[in-house]
Amino acid sequence: MNAEHTVKAFDEDITRLRGLITEMGGLAETALEGALDALIRGDEKLAEKIVADDRKLDTLELEVDRLAVKIIALRAPMADDLREVVAALKIAGVVERIGDYAKNISKRVGRIEGRNRFEPLTLLPAMGDVAAEMVHDVLTAYAARDPALACEVIAADKKVDAFYNSVFRNLVSHMVENPATISSAAQLLFVARNIERIGDHATNVAEMVYFAATGSYPIDDDVEES
Amino acid sequence: METPRALPWPGLIIATSSAFLLMFAGFALPYALAIWLVWCLTLWISQPADRVVEAELDEDAMSRQNLTGMIENAQSPLLLVDRTRVVMANASARNLLGEHVVGQDVRVAIRQPNAVAMMNREGNGEAIVTGLVRRRDVWRVIRYALDRKTSVIELISKTAESDVSRAHTDFVANASHELRTPLASIIGYAETLSEHPADIDEKTARKFLDTIQREARRLQNLVSDLMSLSRVEAEKHDRPETAIPLNELVERSAREGAGPDRADRVHVTHNGEFTVRGDSQQLEQLVRNLVDNALKYGRPGTPVHVELSETAMGEAKVVVKDQGEGIAPEHLPHLTRRFYRTDPGRSRMSGGTGLGLAIVKHIVERHHGRLDIESELGEGTTVIVRLPRDGTGEVSPVSPLATATGDASQSGQDRPNEGDNRTAS
Repeated sequence: MNAEHTVKAFDEDITRLRGLITEMGGLAETALEGALDALIRGDEKLAEKIVADDRKLDTLELEVDRLAVKIIALRAPMADDLREVVAALKIAGVVERIGDYAKNISKRVGRIEGRNRFEPLTLLPAMGDVAAEMVHDVLTAYAARDPALACEVIAADKKVDAFYNSVFRNLVSHMVENPATISSAAQLLFVARNIERIGDHATNVAEMVYFAATGSYPIDDDVEES
Repeated sequence: METPRALPWPGLIIATSSAFLLMFAGFALPYALAIWLVWCLTLWISQPADRVVEAELDEDAMSRQNLTGMIENAQSPLLLVDRTRVVMANASARNLLGEHVVGQDVRVAIRQPNAVAMMNREGNGEAIVTGLVRRRDVWRVIRYALDRKTSVIELISKTAESDVSRAHTDFVANASHELRTPLASIIGYAETLSEHPADIDEKTARKFLDTIQREARRLQNLVSDLMSLSRVEAEKHDRPETAIPLNELVERSAREGAGPDRADRVHVTHNGEFTVRGDSQQLEQLVRNLVDNALKYGRPGTPVHVELSETAMGEAKVVVKDQGEGIAPEHLPHLTRRFYRTDPGRSRMSGGTGLGLAIVKHIVERHHGRLDIESELGEGTTVIVRLPRDGTGEVSPVSPLATATGDASQSGQDRPNEGDNRTAS
């Protein structure tokens, strides 16, 4: 993969493509961290900034699309180069979705009332941490073309799912006991749902990273391996 | 400085021939001689001395090899960037960011938006980024533009500084509650004993004294655990360098952790010889804590298996497995938090401080390893510690997964104490 191509411009295109993807990843990662932070601290300014910043991700996604299509059209990539480009196309879409979920979490920050007394809020940071860790890891795996790390990310999705179930149960019982806070708790349910989806998307990216690096899709048995 | 100053031959020849010419033209010999002398003197003075020094440096000290060596061995990570492509990374940078960054787009190495924005601008600049390698680390990214297309990027770690403030608030929040509880019972029982000595019969007094003793001992354990926790945390960012043979250490500290009464329940198996870079005291404590936990929470009389083996990725793996009640999945992510208890009553009865796993987590982090806890209700709990072997890099360039799921260092942000204890009870 790291061998240079005869056509230097091709090399440059691929490098730029990878650069764009990681830049998108960095934006999405920062948006997610910021959204979780804003949620915990009730920082509406930060939340607004994240919503505004999401536009950059959209522009970058367009740029990735254009570049990937250009590479396919002009250079007719083969084998691992083709995998690289296809994976980049798919990953760009997924990373953009992750950014959207972060944006969605930020939008809900202002809708949670009486946050100082609202204890279910303490359930979410730990869950958000696992998801943020997954996103961070999967981007590192992409940068390093590391299939082993990608597998770990896939394995970590179980943790997010377990968290989601536990948070869901907790929130529902909280709603039953405190009907007055149902609207805020419902917002948190959506936040938890968003985080859970982010975990799933990180898993998707991990699968693409694995695919780009090895040419096959990870089998579940591989994933079980510690 | 032995090289003699080269004589300016052409100048000397011109000076001498001019002197002869002057003599032919009718100048007196002393005049011509004086002019010749002055000429030679100016030649001598104008001889550039620094050119000699430069030549000397060129040959020995400033050789390309030495310059490369200087950059390569510099402690701070340095990247040389041509437009947007990393063309060179020194050893420290490759260690930090991974070997793959060379030849890649600089955004592959540093993807944080504010750093990317800074690098898209021309000229010098700097940015503070979080999560460069591990999720919570903080780095200062500095860019020196060498010319229009080449620049040097230097990375400076700021993690330690940003950690300190958080650690303080964390500690005050968590520890005061834990310290106060045993103190309250000690003071209460002691007051009762001293204020109404007549009303209390021998048996009750005995009971009170036992409680005082137990609570005092608990306080003592707590303080010593807090001490070791803060010690580990203080050294968190300097990775230990000593090579330690792991097999012998695990064997010994597993036995120590069990103590003479329970030693026969511990079974240690070795699959291979392992050497890790580490702090032997801390690694011993890690194994002791894990074995002690396993014995405490395993059903009475059941064996505890300690296994040392190699992972698929070539790291050393220490597995401690008990046969106990297991831990419900909702508790798993929180286990490494300070003072988190799945069952507060039982943990206190058995003398637990709630810090054992937090200490383990910090030790693992300091050794750049990973900690995973798996558990099945009714079957038992398995704790897996993976450590990079000596001579290899990291387990992987990210922080432990188990850490992320229950990171004690984050508990400051999410005001966990009240909430957690409730979930736990």
